[in-house]
Amino acid sequence: MIHLMLDYLSKNFNVYLNALLTHIGISLIVMLIGIVIAIPFGVVCAKYVKLSESILGLFNLLRLIPSLAVLIVLMPVLGTGLVPAVIALTFLAFPAILINTCIGFTGINPSVIEAAKGMGMSKQRILFTIEFPLAFPMIITGIRTAAVEVIASATLAAYIGSGGLGDLIIIGLSLPSTAILLVGGLSVAILSIITDVILSITQKRLTKFI
Amino acid sequence: MTNIALELVNITKKFAHAETNSVTGVSLTINEGDFVTILGTSGSGKTTLLKMVNRIYESTSGDIFFYGENIKKLKVEDYRRKIGYVIQQIGLFPHMTVEQNIATVPKILHWNKEKINARVDELLKLVGLGDEHYKKRYPKQLSGGQQQRIGLARAMAADPQLMLMDEPFGAIDAITRQNLQDELINIQKKLNKTILFVTHDINEAFKLGDKIIIMDKGEVQQFDTPYNILFHPANDFVKQLIETENIINRLKVLRVENFVQPLTQPTKLADGVIHNDKFLDDVLAKFFETGKKRLVVIDDQEEPIGEISWDQFIQLKKIQDNVVRLDVQKKNIRRVNDHD
Repeated sequence: MIHLMLDYLSKNFNVYLNALLTHIGISLIVMLIGIVIAIPFGVVCAKYVKLSESILGLFNLLRLIPSLAVLIVLMPVLGTGLVPAVIALTFLAFPAILINTCIGFTGINPSVIEAAKGMGMSKQRILFTIEFPLAFPMIITGIRTAAVEVIASATLAAYIGSGGLGDLIIIGLSLPSTAILLVGGLSVAILSIITDVILSITQKRLTKFI
Repeated sequence: MTNIALELVNITKKFAHAETNSVTGVSLTINEGDFVTILGTSGSGKTTLLKMVNRIYESTSGDIFFYGENIKKLKVEDYRRKIGYVIQQIGLFPHMTVEQNIATVPKILHWNKEKINARVDELLKLVGLGDEHYKKRYPKQLSGGQQQRIGLARAMAADPQLMLMDEPFGAIDAITRQNLQDELINIQKKLNKTILFVTHDINEAFKLGDKIIIMDKGEVQQFDTPYNILFHPANDFVKQLIETENIINRLKVLRVENFVQPLTQPTKLADGVIHNDKFLDDVLAKFFETGKKRLVVIDDQEEPIGEISWDQFIQLKKIQDNVVRLDVQKKNIRRVNDHD
């Protein structure tokens, strides 16, 4: 089987590389958009307790909807291709990052904030030099969860024509060719693992104070 | 003439959903260099009063003047940077090293690196953690007592004119607490800081304070020297408060310097001497040791500055007798009530 897989790879290396890079590209863009939008919402969520309950509830609910369902539901609205795939996947990245940011902020020991205030630190300074670093372990845990979810779901996005490693799986299934299927599936799995390892190392580096 | 560091004028605080005031009509003046303890039970308003001074809480009515300036007219961040703030929960920044924690305010004030480093070293030495290896540690690598030493160092980093301390040693074991108290007394003597120190521990209040604010139900019951509080309690509440401790315990926290009387006769050091930074239980021991009725009080330079006499102790004894009598009365009253 490994022989067949290597054979496919050597003959279609450009196709494979293209699928892999597309997959990584989609995931990266989705994660960047997700981080940029979800973190500020998470902060707002932590600062306004009344808001937080409804926001957290809503996103926990969103989380329950299967990825494929989100993609299919959005297809009539957004059409097919790369852009709708990115938008749909961003919805998937959102809850984990937002919820963890919120928990990270609300979990900070209030006496630390009181001490900071008492020393004459401005709200902005407290936010960036105290709260963010302290919430970071939780935030990056959220990012890890979201990243794995996005990389996996990006496979499904191939169904609405975004390209990526999902294409190999679809081809493998329809030919059918177990070798191509495995090349696609294993690549996604390895990509997920590598991403998680990188993020976990980052997390350890930046949170040695715990 | 001494400067007035802090003046509170008719300060009242009522929290939004509370039925009663937490603090009512407090007016008092604190001189520069005073070590003032605020003593009261939980719910007495002592912490609320302290937190209005650095505007963690805003007073509902009344004004606070810091060196003559109304603090409501000052920019709150700038004002707080002139005040050291130490709290029971310590509140060190867990993601910063000891060094970074202490450097927080100097960095905000844009001191240069050499000045900050020198200051950090100086402060660590002052709080007894001068070893080089402490600087790079994170708070969780320190014991509770060590953490609060860093908390103290951090609060003093920019040489604040006023220190606010909210039960700073409340969560620290008894032995370490005693050491910290002794060191705080030394630090205050060395640097002559104005300190407002909240505590619910009567011994701590008497041991540390040049003056004590006794609070109950949001009002100041008495604001006076430990000596005057013991010998001239302002009302029944204060009387009961000081009665709860037995006399030997009370002697342990009363500093000789608060009891020094002018010399009544020429000094003969052979009469027996006592250092002015000792406590009254040491004096009592000295009386027994020497059999004298009078001790000459000397200062750090071994110069005689006054005396302390057996008669002053007799006065303390009288108070104690009153206490016993009062206790008996109270018990009798209770007994009568029980029969009803």
